[in-house]
Amino acid sequence: MIVADLVLPFPFELGFMQRALVACVAVGAFAPAIGVFLVQKRLSLIGDGIGHVAFAGVGAGLLAGLAPLWTALAFAVAGSLGIEWFRARRRTSGDVALAIVFYSGIALGVVLISLGGGLSADVFAYLFGAPLTVRPTEVRSIVALGLGILLTVVALRRALFSVVTDEEWSQVAGVPVGALNLLLAVLTAVAVVAAMQVVGILLVAAMMVLPVAAAQMIARSFKGSLTISVAIGIGASIAGLAVSRMAGSAPSGTIVLVAAGVFVVVAVASRTVRRIRGTVEADV
Amino acid sequence: MDLTAPESPRGRGSESISGREELLGAAGLSFGYGRDLVIEDVDLSVGAGEFVALVGPNGSGKSTLVRLLLGSLEPLAGESRLFRRPPRSLSRRGRLGYVPQRPNLSSELPATVREIVAAGRLTDGRWWRPLSRIDRDEVDHAIASVGLSDLSRRPVNALSGGQQQRAFIARAFASEPSLLVLDEPIAGVDAASQRLFRDSLVHLIREHGAGVLLVSHELSAVADDVDRVIVLKRRVLFDGRPADLAAQGVGSLGVHAEDLPIWLEQLA
Repeated sequence: MIVADLVLPFPFELGFMQRALVACVAVGAFAPAIGVFLVQKRLSLIGDGIGHVAFAGVGAGLLAGLAPLWTALAFAVAGSLGIEWFRARRRTSGDVALAIVFYSGIALGVVLISLGGGLSADVFAYLFGAPLTVRPTEVRSIVALGLGILLTVVALRRALFSVVTDEEWSQVAGVPVGALNLLLAVLTAVAVVAAMQVVGILLVAAMMVLPVAAAQMIARSFKGSLTISVAIGIGASIAGLAVSRMAGSAPSGTIVLVAAGVFVVVAVASRTVRRIRGTVEADV
Repeated sequence: MDLTAPESPRGRGSESISGREELLGAAGLSFGYGRDLVIEDVDLSVGAGEFVALVGPNGSGKSTLVRLLLGSLEPLAGESRLFRRPPRSLSRRGRLGYVPQRPNLSSELPATVREIVAAGRLTDGRWWRPLSRIDRDEVDHAIASVGLSDLSRRPVNALSGGQQQRAFIARAFASEPSLLVLDEPIAGVDAASQRLFRDSLVHLIREHGAGVLLVSHELSAVADDVDRVIVLKRRVLFDGRPADLAAQGVGSLGVHAEDLPIWLEQLA
């Protein structure tokens, strides 16, 4: 279904646009589903951090003559577990741990890639993505991976919710806090690496945070914020891709800007609604 | 289980008290940072059907002791027992209800009272399971027992501090606890809710034989129901019936009366 061209209206009438659409929608769905938990853990920037470690992994793979996908995955998982280890030991918000991983990751990536023959367009694609050149096999793998992540998150959402909102209580309650935190770290790493080949680090990292930030302002329950953030992620992916086709702009960047725009609109609207409600209640 | 069994006024660190099954215990428990001991050689025991109040001045180590008993902290010496086993060895916590001192809930998070309370159903060790009908009924029941039924679908961050606290108490009740450990649960909770809270505790103890360890400064709501008082100031200064403490006099413990709950002053 994904590989064959579908009959869709402009701007999605062409095969390459349809493949880009499916890939971006998949990322728009699974990235916020993980992001809901990461934002709660105050690890909003982890997607970017892991992305940069994965970038170093790409460099290492190119230098060593190995498949960059696998070296990137190994680096990303190691970096993600490292951040979790730091966070769990130091009992801080984890932002310093993130910054250390983030900067050493990108520096290592640049050094390794320069040693391996310089920065090429390929490397640029890892950072900002090239959804329009996605191959059918890549579309299939990202959809399969996205479904896997979504199912895992939905199945474990009660325990994950408990762990990210009240870690000490969850520990006492006998929820396997350590294992679930590691699972979340590994899921994040896998999601970033899988998505960065297709849509770039920028899109997947931003999609872990922006839809969640917008959803939290309107949702009245945790379940609601999970659902709404996934809906915003999917909506922004479709709208952003359409706009990029019409404007001839970079797809990933456009999608992220649309998501950021949704956040601004929601922020202003919810503020206004609250103010109106406040006045009404004051009148009563 | 025999609730009318006579109590020994100073049953400390024994396998059980008055033949009751021990739910929570400590023997020679010590903990400190560097050379300074915060908890020193503490023995205690909470048995099934027992209502034990843990009191002491600020900084006397009450919360630290609770965390040691539950296995959140590793002791320097001695051991604690949860359901007669080292707390860290338990993957299934049986039916443990816990109300931490200050649950850290971020203010941006939209989570309903129901969602918070439903987490209490995770303690049965089947945390990967979806909520069953029985789970839902227990959650509703727990919410009703703290008087939050009307607010169950409201986001917790839109509630008052006292209402939030009641949600966390309900989360502990939702575990159908056979042991309930509460660390300052009713600070900032209004008098009507304190009565509801008291009724729920007494119901759990009388009808279900649960054991309760309550750390609190505001004990007036439950003063008549407490079986045993433990006065802690790094070490256990007193462990026995409230009447015996009154007879002995709080002043004899070397603790300022104003550091202890008001009802203890009234006893003296």
